[in-house]
Amino acid sequence: MSALTLPARLLSRRFGAPRALQVGAAIVFLWLSLAAVPAVFAPYDPIVQDLGATLIAPSLAHPLGTDNFGRDVLSRIIWGTRLDLAMGVFGVLAPFVIGCVVGLVSGYFGRVVDALLMRLLDVTISFPYFVLVIAIISVLGPGLQSFFISVALVGWVSYARLIRAQTLVLKESEFILAARSLGYSKARIMFRHILPNAVLPAAVFSMSDIVIVILLGSALSYLGLGAQPPAAEWGVMIAEGQVFMATAWWISFFPGLAIVLLALGFSLVADGLAERFGVRE
Amino acid sequence: MERFAFVLYRPLQLVPVLFGVSAVSFLLVHSIPGDPVRILLGTRATAEVLAKVRAQYGLDEPLIVQYFFFLKNLAAGEFGRSIIFKTPVMDLVATRISPTLFLLSYAVLLSVLLAVALATWAALRRGRFADQVIRLYSTAGLGLPAFWLGIVLIILFSIRLGWFPVSGYGAHFFGHLHHLFLPAFTIALALSPVLIRNLRSSLLHEMESDYVVTARSRGLPGSWIFLRHVFRNSLIPTITLLGINVGWLIGGTVVVEQVFSVPGLGSLMVGSIFARDYLVVQAVTLIFACAVILTNFLVDIVTVALDPRIRL
Amino acid sequence: MTAVPLLAVKDLSVVFRRRGADLEAVRGVSFALDASEILGLVGESGSGKTVTCRALLKLLPGQNARITGGTVRLEDQDLMPLREAEMRRIRGPKMAMIFQNPSSHLDPVMTIGRQIAEAIVFHERASEKQARSRALELLRQVGIPDAERQLDAYPHQLSGGMRQRAMIAIALSCRPRLLIADEPTTALDVTVQAQILRLLLRLRDETGLAIVLITHDLGVVAQTCDRVAVMYAGRIVEQGSKPTVLTCPLHPYTEGLIQSQPEAAPASERLSSIEGQPPSLADLPSGCAFHPRCRYAQAACRRHPPPLAEVDGHQTACLRWETLAATRRIAEPS
Repeated sequence: MSALTLPARLLSRRFGAPRALQVGAAIVFLWLSLAAVPAVFAPYDPIVQDLGATLIAPSLAHPLGTDNFGRDVLSRIIWGTRLDLAMGVFGVLAPFVIGCVVGLVSGYFGRVVDALLMRLLDVTISFPYFVLVIAIISVLGPGLQSFFISVALVGWVSYARLIRAQTLVLKESEFILAARSLGYSKARIMFRHILPNAVLPAAVFSMSDIVIVILLGSALSYLGLGAQPPAAEWGVMIAEGQVFMATAWWISFFPGLAIVLLALGFSLVADGLAERFGVRE
Repeated sequence: MERFAFVLYRPLQLVPVLFGVSAVSFLLVHSIPGDPVRILLGTRATAEVLAKVRAQYGLDEPLIVQYFFFLKNLAAGEFGRSIIFKTPVMDLVATRISPTLFLLSYAVLLSVLLAVALATWAALRRGRFADQVIRLYSTAGLGLPAFWLGIVLIILFSIRLGWFPVSGYGAHFFGHLHHLFLPAFTIALALSPVLIRNLRSSLLHEMESDYVVTARSRGLPGSWIFLRHVFRNSLIPTITLLGINVGWLIGGTVVVEQVFSVPGLGSLMVGSIFARDYLVVQAVTLIFACAVILTNFLVDIVTVALDPRIRL
Repeated sequence: MTAVPLLAVKDLSVVFRRRGADLEAVRGVSFALDASEILGLVGESGSGKTVTCRALLKLLPGQNARITGGTVRLEDQDLMPLREAEMRRIRGPKMAMIFQNPSSHLDPVMTIGRQIAEAIVFHERASEKQARSRALELLRQVGIPDAERQLDAYPHQLSGGMRQRAMIAIALSCRPRLLIADEPTTALDVTVQAQILRLLLRLRDETGLAIVLITHDLGVVAQTCDRVAVMYAGRIVEQGSKPTVLTCPLHPYTEGLIQSQPEAAPASERLSSIEGQPPSLADLPSGCAFHPRCRYAQAACRRHPPPLAEVDGHQTACLRWETLAATRRIAEPS
């Protein structure tokens, strides 16, 4: 029972949730609802074309206008939510997991293993994040799958650093010494004892990272390297609308606004968590 | 002077990283499935050219030997030939590098100006309306997609107002300044939220310092204290932050060059990806990585120069 | 005391606003100082001594503190009606302050030389070169060895004692006639403490500098001060020449402070201390603020705050000072 009420308790004033966290969580919740049941909120179908209703400016029938295929922009944005949200959340999941493993192993075993892994880290961060991701996508071919693989290969770095820093400190602590004296295996110590205590800064960072990955993913889709048309992904919509900048500004404008508002939710959550748990940047 | 000793040691420490970076760039191209020669030269190369390239790159040899061939070629400045442009990649890079450098410098300049102006204003008007607005911008602004911002700015300033050209690089210095203003401003708007948060928080922290009280007790006015003491102390962490973000800056430049059709390295890279011109992709990736490494080194030097307490 | 003292503070009061309530941190404080005199301002934390001195410079911290009454006359000019711009001409050239923790009170990224020269450049519109040579002189004057090289040193490169000397040099850069020293030796090693105090005495002898020395340590007072003022709960409870106050205190609090010095107790006996705690400003006792802790307290002490009685230039805010003096005469054979 207590696990189910945990999210609600985390957000209550009594638990000490800062205002930023509450507002951010509310915004994210709104987007999650749109992603979960878009059909409930979207007035029109996102894919079906209506060539008799192309390039209509924002109006009562189409609050955010229609694009060059007559598709309702508002509905496309709502349906596209699940794509951008998925990019953000799953684009952080793999790096998080990989980073935790690398950070734990590197911090716990130290010496040669640590030196090697940290060299690998140094090399990876020497490339601009975006550049390395698109270089990998150039090899794998455009598409969302390539996006997730690329991000996993490049994005683990920040998490590895955070976890490693915590591991270095924790491995000298009393309760770890106690676990070792009880003969627990290294894997057990790392994952069941160190990790739960080390994970907080990484978890707080993951919220800001979701923002970074959403921006990255939508930029890639804009370039044509991520999600592909006719998907209603917001970056794709912005690219499609650029041709009509002069005559139908709304096609590019509103999807971008959606990105900003989705990112705002996660940024506020990140700020709120950092404040609440005293994690500094 | 001994604080700068690291300038001599650092290049040695960087050697393994440089090797690693070159290895990754090498592996990138060599992990493409299919006949490597065909991939590098496209479908229309003749048999003799294929043979020549095979020999030059040692493409029948084991991977590690191929890597040494790659390094040898790199040292000679030989990046291969572009399939699409039919010119040596080096030449291609040489022509396209200046717009990117111009754009990057312009963007950094505008970012710093914007960040300093807004962070200072917010710190001096702490808690009041201007501060709230700037803080909102520095949080919401973290989610501003640069490519979208560029389009919005084009719609507003190029199309509606006609103040700036929609795309391109322009001729001569002032032409460049004019054409690249919107792209540089786009990057600045996208980068400055991070800088503003950090600088504002630094400023507020320094403004409460004890040495400020000492300065006031000598009758020095607020503006003097702010400029000569608070500001210098606050700038140091922000410059470090700027250095850390150079990777982001370069990534932003790549996208923005596409939005504004600026003929720089970024748009070259994107175009080459679609055209499967892999040697160009490899070269540009390597160049960008070297730029990041060099910039980090420079930032370290600047930080040591500004903060006498630091030893690296 | 000359006819027109260098510094004359009369009925100074400072109020802090905290959680909607007004707390009186300084209540009707009066004292005066001549050139070449050193006045020790003694009291526990929270007695109001630091606030008083910040008020002299009108440098009260934050938005919540304000001066609610009294006058501060420096060289016969009342500082109270002066606006901030005019006060800035006073701070530095007329009076200056040094602080307890020299490490945090110096800008870490600016050389000592430049920090000294700064005020000179600003107030006297001197050139950088002139200011720098004055700075060198000042460093020598405060006894920093190898002064030429130390001009370009940064604070973190100096030891604690050197930093405090540097801070003194900075304070004296525009030749003020009054120096306020807020616990300048508290954060230093004992040996270094003595050196700094000797420096202050030497500066007084050489330049006629007047010093208000804030401290909680009566040993410091004994070594350096000419006159002493003892503060408790925002009021001055005793004031007079150092020898008189320290040998014949006329206020129970001062008596308690003196007796709680480790030197005062005979070797085998326990250290004495004053029972109880200083009162919180939000909850001051009625009448005399010290009465809950005072062994001479009577009903009258609880009713009205005692007025300042004066005996041969020795002031005390105790109704029972005569009893105090008599008790001591009986206890100590002359």
